[in-house]
Amino acid sequence: MNRNLKLIWNGLIPENPIFRLALSMCPAVAVTTSVENGLMLGLAVVFVQVFSSCTVSIFKSFIHPRIRIPAYVIVIALWVTVIDMILPVISPDVYKKVELFVKLIVVFAIIISRLELFASKEPLVPSFFDGMGMGFGFLFGLCLIGAIREFFGTGQLLGYDILGFNPLLIMVLPAGGFFVIGFIMATFNWFEYKITGKIPTSGGAH
Amino acid sequence: MNAKQFSNLALLIFLPIFLFLMVFPALVHAATGSGSFKKDTEIQISFGVPVDETWAKDTANYRVFQKTDPDIEIPVTSVTLSPRRTSAVLQFGEALNLSSEYEVQANNVTSDGKVLGNEEFLVKKSEGQILFTIFLGAMLINNFVFTKYLGLCIFFGVSQKKETAIGMGITFTIVMVLSAIMCWALLTFVLHPLHLGFLQIIVFIGTVAIFVQAVDTILRKVNPYLFKKLGVYLVLIVTNCIILAVPLINADSGNGPFESLTLGLGAGLGFALALFLMSCVREKLELCRVPAVFRGLPIAFVVAGLFALSFLGFSGFSIF
Repeated sequence: MNRNLKLIWNGLIPENPIFRLALSMCPAVAVTTSVENGLMLGLAVVFVQVFSSCTVSIFKSFIHPRIRIPAYVIVIALWVTVIDMILPVISPDVYKKVELFVKLIVVFAIIISRLELFASKEPLVPSFFDGMGMGFGFLFGLCLIGAIREFFGTGQLLGYDILGFNPLLIMVLPAGGFFVIGFIMATFNWFEYKITGKIPTSGGAH
Repeated sequence: MNAKQFSNLALLIFLPIFLFLMVFPALVHAATGSGSFKKDTEIQISFGVPVDETWAKDTANYRVFQKTDPDIEIPVTSVTLSPRRTSAVLQFGEALNLSSEYEVQANNVTSDGKVLGNEEFLVKKSEGQILFTIFLGAMLINNFVFTKYLGLCIFFGVSQKKETAIGMGITFTIVMVLSAIMCWALLTFVLHPLHLGFLQIIVFIGTVAIFVQAVDTILRKVNPYLFKKLGVYLVLIVTNCIILAVPLINADSGNGPFESLTLGLGAGLGFALALFLMSCVREKLELCRVPAVFRGLPIAFVVAGLFALSFLGFSGFSIF
């Protein structure tokens, strides 16, 4: 398989930022009461991740190792400010619901950890694809949780009525998000156990 | 100095700040109004003399409006008089904004058939009440971890042991309070006058990073034991969502210096409380027989879900 494709696949399932690496859990619980919110924030994260990966990979020889963390934070904050100006124009209604979290992308651990682990060592093209992979993995995670919570919580998907009643109201309450993520993580562990025969230890959660 | 002494010291520092916060604004704004909010749709006013029931029950005798825009009258739906006829409760169809100031004008107050003239009442929450509401709200009712889902990364990372959880909670609260007030000052005195509001994300995260670096340097000299214990997690404070969310919320709702400080203190203590509760459960969880696929993070999430359910019990809880 092509290395670039492999990088994207890697971000989607084997190193999924939410379920495997357990990074950036806050938005994964907070905005996923519906698929729409998850989609919006996921796209914002893809944008920021790809562009800051590329920026850091281009300028990596200029960044002194001792001040690399503040430098990365400034790069991310720059792209977050850009997306924070673009989103309200594209979709003002959904933006209002996820506004705080779009601004908080600055402190999402997943982005800074990819800059530190990947983009600061690799050339431009692999960094771009790694950013894509991680971004889409995050998007996939948000949409999956969002779909489960929206379906069971309100009986809808993407705003369309499917069941016509609310099977489990708890899913859209604060507690539901924690339960859903816990169970999805356990399912991922179970699949891995079935395939490889051993139970993986979950990621470091920060 | 061990962790317990450190927590006592922190308590000694925070308690006076908190008391000062509660008392100082109340001294500045001496009691102005003779009316008070009962619920968010009710205002109680007292006349001082027994008034006639027929006059008091007539809603047309009252004019109620917000102090800031006197043109918009708020219709009174019904009035209930107290048994001794000296105070009345006005009820409104719509919810009032409890953080703003209202004025109630009573026309031709009648007592025993005599008209006493018009009377005005100022209805306002005292600053202390507002601050206490913000504090309780940030700490319990809208706990940042369990109902706003912020700061989960550190929450799950540090809550494995009680000792580190306590140390982290205290350090976090200190950084939180300092950066909240600093961000407010930067926003009010630098960003707004220069019309640079769009730079707030960059400026806030820079301020937080500076404070974390400062605490790191100071703690290394003052308390090497705790510094070693916290080690990695200290730097991680920078990537905690709460620490950036509080200045952003402050900036969004236009909070003043005292409100910003209180929100920071409440958020920090709420986070410390959540960490402590979670670490108590997770220490016990180590000894339990958990299904193999749930071991580690998945079961921690389920436990956090149960905590979130119990924190739902605080919703709708208010003292004033």
